[in-house]
Amino acid sequence: MMRFLLLFSRQGKIRLQKWFLPLGEREKKKIIRDMTTMVLARKPRTCNFLHWKDLKIVYKRYASLYFCCGLEEEDNELLALEVLHRYVELLDKYFGNVCELDIIFNFEKAYFILDEFLMGGEVQETSKQSIAKSIEASDMLQETMEEYMSKPAF
Amino acid sequence: CPENEMIRVIRSARTQGEERGVIQRECAAIRAQFRQADSGGRSHNLAKLLYVHMLGYPAHFGQMECVRMIASPRYSEKRIGYLGAMMLLDEKQDASLLITNSIKNDLSHSSQYIQSLALCTLACMGSAEMCRDLAPEIERLLKASNSYIKKKAALCAVHIVRKIPELGELFTPSAHSLLSDKNHGVLHGAVVLITELCERNPGNLDEFRKAVPELVQIMKGLVTSGYSPEHNVAGISDPFLQVRVLRLLRILGRNNDEASDAMNDLLAQVATNTDSSKTAGSAVLYETVLTIMDIKSESGLRVLAVNILGRFLLNNDRNIRYISMTSLQKIVQTDHTAVQRHRGTIVDCLKDQDASVKRRALELSLALVSAANIRSMMKELLRFLSTCPPELRSHATSGIFNAAERYAPSQRWHIDTILHVLITAGGDVRDETVPNLIQLISVASELHCYTVHKLYRALISDISQQSLVQVACWCIGEYGDLLLKGDCDEIEPMQVTEDDVLDVLETILQSHMSSPTSRGFALTAIMKLSTRITNNIDRIRSVVSIYGSCIDVELQQRAVEYNALFKKYDHMRYLIIFDEDSDIHQSGICSLARTESTHAQEHTTFLRFKNTS
Repeated sequence: MMRFLLLFSRQGKIRLQKWFLPLGEREKKKIIRDMTTMVLARKPRTCNFLHWKDLKIVYKRYASLYFCCGLEEEDNELLALEVLHRYVELLDKYFGNVCELDIIFNFEKAYFILDEFLMGGEVQETSKQSIAKSIEASDMLQETMEEYMSKPAF
Repeated sequence: CPENEMIRVIRSARTQGEERGVIQRECAAIRAQFRQADSGGRSHNLAKLLYVHMLGYPAHFGQMECVRMIASPRYSEKRIGYLGAMMLLDEKQDASLLITNSIKNDLSHSSQYIQSLALCTLACMGSAEMCRDLAPEIERLLKASNSYIKKKAALCAVHIVRKIPELGELFTPSAHSLLSDKNHGVLHGAVVLITELCERNPGNLDEFRKAVPELVQIMKGLVTSGYSPEHNVAGISDPFLQVRVLRLLRILGRNNDEASDAMNDLLAQVATNTDSSKTAGSAVLYETVLTIMDIKSESGLRVLAVNILGRFLLNNDRNIRYISMTSLQKIVQTDHTAVQRHRGTIVDCLKDQDASVKRRALELSLALVSAANIRSMMKELLRFLSTCPPELRSHATSGIFNAAERYAPSQRWHIDTILHVLITAGGDVRDETVPNLIQLISVASELHCYTVHKLYRALISDISQQSLVQVACWCIGEYGDLLLKGDCDEIEPMQVTEDDVLDVLETILQSHMSSPTSRGFALTAIMKLSTRITNNIDRIRSVVSIYGSCIDVELQQRAVEYNALFKKYDHMRYLIIFDEDSDIHQSGICSLARTESTHAQEHTTFLRFKNTS
């Protein structure tokens, strides 16, 4: 299973953090520090895999954001690259030419999309269309419910 | 919307202090809003707090608000409330228990999107207690008619099994039947669940081995199906599902002939037909190789797998090269011959630009050294050593020494290799190897003259490499007479006087580059030379007495004892043995080979007399 997924900028600012295992605040902060340090120190044209403690770290840079996840020994690193890429595609479809700013100002949406794609550190749905439809429907539900609840009751 | 405004304000802060000020004000406002009963802006408030939390500021005062929001009938509030719970609450917080009831209710909500929120949150941060409480609900949902819910319930079940393995019993019957679902999301969830059930409880293996034919059919369907736009990634149909099925097959086929047989043909098919030009295909091939190597496959299939790894080594994509190496490393002992066939490519990877690939290539190359290839491999390894990145150098030198010791075709070759490494990379040779190197040199008696000459010449041009210095000093102390004689086969003759030798040893003693260990070696060498030279005894005596008041306590101790040797035991200087371990006896003086760097041990060996005969 994936233990965590982090999105951070070149300055080491965290834009999204998803933890699939219960960890204390201090531990989380340490992992973030270690990941950002290690990944930002990587030279260009090196491979996207690292070792950290007993985990395999897979990362990929997309424009100004680094997508970084921690995997267990049995997990397939090459597939993890596809997982990261799939998430980026989902964000791109949703926001249209997604950039870091979209993630900053719409972080809840980024989490909602992630929660339709991964669950418990595993892939939940392998069809892009299916996920896009679910997000659309949830957003629609949110809007209509809002409208409904704000209508005055007679 | 309001949180965007706050985000803008925070981002426009020019200093950390300014940001803190803004955050403090915003948090105060948020707290005030939480205390008010009214709704309307509640979700925006919580969203603001979650943003602040992501910046690294404390947000625990929002925990109860999450609990309240989750219980709200409004979907927008539930949505952000559950998100908040996943971000701010974990099983360690007391507040997490409070949402159990909401989750339970929402699991049977009429809207699947609300059910989904509950399932997701439970799978993310459900404690063992919550899992125990809600497991029957999840089991019920596994049989629900809706694929959207089924797939989520399956992964929720995975989480529950991880927390409380005994509850796996509850899900075993449903898990198997999920394999007949056509929906890929459900299938994927089912495969992950079965994998978890088998890993947590090997007792389940027999039951799930019955599913091997079904899994094989699923894979066949994926591999041979035509283009399916919904699941296609770079020409591969649902690589995510394929990889998980292959991984499950691995677990089921392990140590079981029947299951392995049943999947043999499929694995051959996948291995041969999968296009590896893109990452998706390579991911599937990689998993296939791992499975082939771990189950009881025919030897032909194993060779096919190793050849795939060999092909990976030539791939342009360095990730694939790296993966290939880590896989080859795992099987280099068990499938040594098959991996040897790719030795050439592996050795080429020593020249790869990527440091991780280089590191792997070094590991593998060292593992592939054998009596048959030692000469050619050593050439490559020594070539590698000269351009080796700094972080790999000491590992490389140790590996080279080990390989040389195991497979040296001749003593001369062995000594040459040792000398080459000391001279070109002596600064990276680990201290612990020095005694062993000395041992090897001392045993090669016909080469003492050659060795001491080569080391002396290296020393006079460079005294900065500590291991080189130590070995060289030891040799000069032992074989100084051979050095002073001047001539030696196979080396250009060079006139070396007693003064020359003492000069270099004294330079080492005085140099700030020399480690305390090296200086100890130098001083001992000077001392030993007192029995081999005739003209400079006084010089030696004065050096030794100077160091009697040296600031370095070790050196001082040593010098004082040597001094004593001169004064009280002069006639016995020839008989002193400095080494307590070795049985080496040479004409009078024996070797000082420290087996560890603790000097305490050395003191006990001093002035212990043994008869030489």
